[in-house]
Amino acid sequence: MRNNEKFTGNIDWLSVLIYLALVLIGWAAIYSAVYTEGLSPFNTVGRDTTVNTGKQFQWIVASLIIGAIILIIDGKFFVTFSYAIYGIFIPLLIGVMFFGAISHGQRNWIRIGSFQMQPSELAKFTTSLALAKYLSTLNIDIRKWKDKWKAFAIIGLPMIIVMVQGDAGSAIVFVVFALVLFREGLESYFLIIGGSVIFLSVIALVTPKLWYLWVVFLAVAGILSYLNFKNRQLVYIITGIALVASVYVTGVNFIFGHLKSHQKDRINVLLGREVEKGKDWNIRQSIIAIGSGGAIGKGYLQGTQTKLKFVPEQSTDFIFSSIGEEFGFAGSFLIIGLFVGLLMRLMYLAERQRSKYSRVYGYCVVSILFFHFLINIGMAIGVAPVIGIPLPFISYGGSSLLAFTLLLFVFLRLDSQRLEVLR
Amino acid sequence: MNKDLFQNRYNVVRIIIVVFAAIFLLRLAYLQLFEKKYDKIAFDNAIKEVEVYPTRGLVYDRKGELIVYNEAIYDIMVTPRLAKTADSAKICSLLKVTMEEYSGRMAKARQYSTHKPSVFMKQVSLEDYQRFQEAQYLFPGFDGQVRTIRKYPHNCAAVILGDVGEVDDNLIKSSNGYYKPGDYVGQSGLEKYYEKELGGTQGKKFIYVDVHNREQGSFAEGKYDTAARAGDNLYSTIDIKLQEYGEQLMQNKKGSIIAIEPETGEILCMVSSPGYDPNLLCGAIRGENFKKLVFDSLKPLYNRATLATYSPGSTFKPMVGLIALNEEVQGEVYTVPCNGFYPFAGLSLKCSHHHPWATNIEYALAQSCNPYFWQTFRNAIENPKYDHIQDSYGKWSDYCRSFGFGSKLGVDLPSESRGNIPSVNYFNKVYGEKGWHSSTIISLGIGQGEILVTPIQLANFYAAVGNHGWYVRPHLVKTLQQVHEKKDVKPEMKKSYATIDTRWYVPVNDGLRQVVEAGTATESKIEGISLCGKTGTVQNSHGDHHSVFAGFAPKDHPKIAIAVIVENAGFGATFACPIASLMVERYINDTVADNRIAKQQKMIETNLLEKYAQGKNMPITNGHH
Repeated sequence: MRNNEKFTGNIDWLSVLIYLALVLIGWAAIYSAVYTEGLSPFNTVGRDTTVNTGKQFQWIVASLIIGAIILIIDGKFFVTFSYAIYGIFIPLLIGVMFFGAISHGQRNWIRIGSFQMQPSELAKFTTSLALAKYLSTLNIDIRKWKDKWKAFAIIGLPMIIVMVQGDAGSAIVFVVFALVLFREGLESYFLIIGGSVIFLSVIALVTPKLWYLWVVFLAVAGILSYLNFKNRQLVYIITGIALVASVYVTGVNFIFGHLKSHQKDRINVLLGREVEKGKDWNIRQSIIAIGSGGAIGKGYLQGTQTKLKFVPEQSTDFIFSSIGEEFGFAGSFLIIGLFVGLLMRLMYLAERQRSKYSRVYGYCVVSILFFHFLINIGMAIGVAPVIGIPLPFISYGGSSLLAFTLLLFVFLRLDSQRLEVLR
Repeated sequence: MNKDLFQNRYNVVRIIIVVFAAIFLLRLAYLQLFEKKYDKIAFDNAIKEVEVYPTRGLVYDRKGELIVYNEAIYDIMVTPRLAKTADSAKICSLLKVTMEEYSGRMAKARQYSTHKPSVFMKQVSLEDYQRFQEAQYLFPGFDGQVRTIRKYPHNCAAVILGDVGEVDDNLIKSSNGYYKPGDYVGQSGLEKYYEKELGGTQGKKFIYVDVHNREQGSFAEGKYDTAARAGDNLYSTIDIKLQEYGEQLMQNKKGSIIAIEPETGEILCMVSSPGYDPNLLCGAIRGENFKKLVFDSLKPLYNRATLATYSPGSTFKPMVGLIALNEEVQGEVYTVPCNGFYPFAGLSLKCSHHHPWATNIEYALAQSCNPYFWQTFRNAIENPKYDHIQDSYGKWSDYCRSFGFGSKLGVDLPSESRGNIPSVNYFNKVYGEKGWHSSTIISLGIGQGEILVTPIQLANFYAAVGNHGWYVRPHLVKTLQQVHEKKDVKPEMKKSYATIDTRWYVPVNDGLRQVVEAGTATESKIEGISLCGKTGTVQNSHGDHHSVFAGFAPKDHPKIAIAVIVENAGFGATFACPIASLMVERYINDTVADNRIAKQQKMIETNLLEKYAQGKNMPITNGHH
């Protein structure tokens, strides 16, 4: 009895509530995206064989069951078997490349009966376990290169496998573990330089006119120099950085301009640009959908862009545009608020852990959710490259929902047991 | 417990998240709150304005028999802007066109508009259309459009009914966007004249379309839609059975038959021969057949009944007689010696018939005595009442015009000829003011010379004579059934009065009766029907004389007035008169008596086409222009 009380009492119900809210909003949004007159939200044999809300409902139920099971079993299980789970998963991840089922043009699925799932979704979870285990080991200091390399290897191995499978989008997600390493002491310049290089490369390629960037860089440098005009050295550094950045984006643009077309195509794919016909159709339609939503939206099931299939991948990659169209700025604000709320709450939980393992794992969860949030919504509103990754808890799809549920609930379970840890 | 050295980085991560969330919200605020253009783009994406085509009105004959109806066909429409990603190879194989044709058709559509639909392929069969529909999702920008084509179950009356064809560029431009390429409008005949009534009014509806341009239901429950107004049904004055019979009698001959109900001016039949099957100008076969018909040397598209003009010949004699009687320059009883020729002002004019001297107008008409009517005409022109020939001839020509000669009668068809009653000015110009006398224009007295009439004017004249001096404008439609308003509209019809006193019709009509009873047309007597009329053998410069007959029946309260012209067929009594009598008999008795079947067969079987072929390049309009 006493255990039971403690169990329910220590669960962070706020996180669970936000989770439930997102899942149910997602289900409703998917229903709207595939809606046709008279379609039941529980229908599993709908006209649309690839997307149906009945299946999504079954997955929601399955996710809740798995979440409940996780909350019952001892969190120490995951701590103890972190490496084992990670270790077993690597050959499985490789195996599907050869023995897996093909779906959506990629051989990286496991199919059991009518249920199919992508192990790469779970790789983020197993990597989080292993990374948490490693960084919480005594005397590991991420600032030392010999420890750094091992952490990079833990992250890099599944990332490379997923990349080789051809799922570049999912592979890129692993980059976000850098944020976890940063929290645990990785030198800031990794983040700053890494972030800057990625940022500058992307904007160099997506900005329509190069001189826009020069103007922005010089303007920012000018303002900063003005604010620090007493510190001559700093002014020089700022000016230098701005010049380097300008030269860098010019160089990137120049090199891109002189690439052969198939090489350009590869980079375009990486940037999520469609190479052949249609060009920016997806994003344009998504922006039209969201923009036409206005302040409060067109009303549930009233989105024309959504209902009439102008936005491709509406229930998976572009689910946010459906919400933006039907619920307007209010709906968009709510979704962003829920995500930011969840992330802040999870970080708060992570920071209160006595166990370093739990904290690191918590940051892994936060980082992964944040990255998906960032890319998916950013893509839908046209400020991030098109990388086809789902919006956690909301996008259609069993694998991702189950994987994100697993990821989140293991952390909630660890959190609920935080007082048992004496270290 | 490990010491946490980097707790401050908690805040850095928090700031990163908040900054990105703020960027998103700013971007969303811009898209959703401040930029208004997306509303319109989404609306234009999803909502399409489409025309609702009304059903074209049907046409019935005077007895309620359906003579024109609609049949559904399908046009494939294309919106070039949306069709960029269409699977062109697949379309080509489905619709059986080559890639070159495909590009050509697309170029044509683009020329009209890139963002508005126009016809890609006309009149696709139902079978092809269904296959197209199944694969339509592969062809964004392509769409099917149901249209109707006309069907004419009786295969006759082509020049009356006319045809429906694609609207031309001029009409599209002048219609202020009402007509679009590929729309159909009446091109000739009643289809053209009554286009406004038959065509109805297009409606508009706003529909949702999905990304493949497929219809997905109506916008705002049809609140902004306007319904199409169905075309009116026409109840024609035509007796389709009589029309068919007339066309049969006239087959392999050039000419026309026109029959009018004198009391109402309703046109009972209007045969222009050779005719053609109106169904030839329907649907996909239209273009090819139209070309053939246009270049046919017998001019089947030409409506001889209203457009061809002829010298009336002897059929004009009643007019000449009536004028003289009304002017009282000679009485009913008046003798002109006829020895087979007429010595006059140095001219020697011959009478074509051999008969005793005519002592009155009845007998003169019955025998069609030329000298009698020369003299009669001369009496009218040399009338001492008038000082100048300009006055007397002016009066004379006014009488003619009061019967509708020399101007368009106003029949409800797109075009009609005026014919010609030469004016005083005309003769002044040709001969000089003092240079013309009755002898100069004497041939007018027997319906030759400058006088030209259309067959319908001739029939109308005999209707007026049968009515003792009045006629109703001949017309082809008696009732417009406004399907939409559920009411019938009858065009207003007024009597027009000729300027001849009614008493003079008595002797003239007696004479016309005698023509058939005891004169030039005795072979065409009909048992029990008092047919009145006049034969004519019209000289013309293009070969043998035209055979002409015009008349009415019965003598009192006539039910039918008729004019028949068989070109280059010889004497009036040989062809035109028997054909007219058969038509009258068929109309009044509904059948032809057994003893006249042989005559009917002879008329049907007579083939004059070879004769026409010998006189090549013969213009349709005869006489003077």
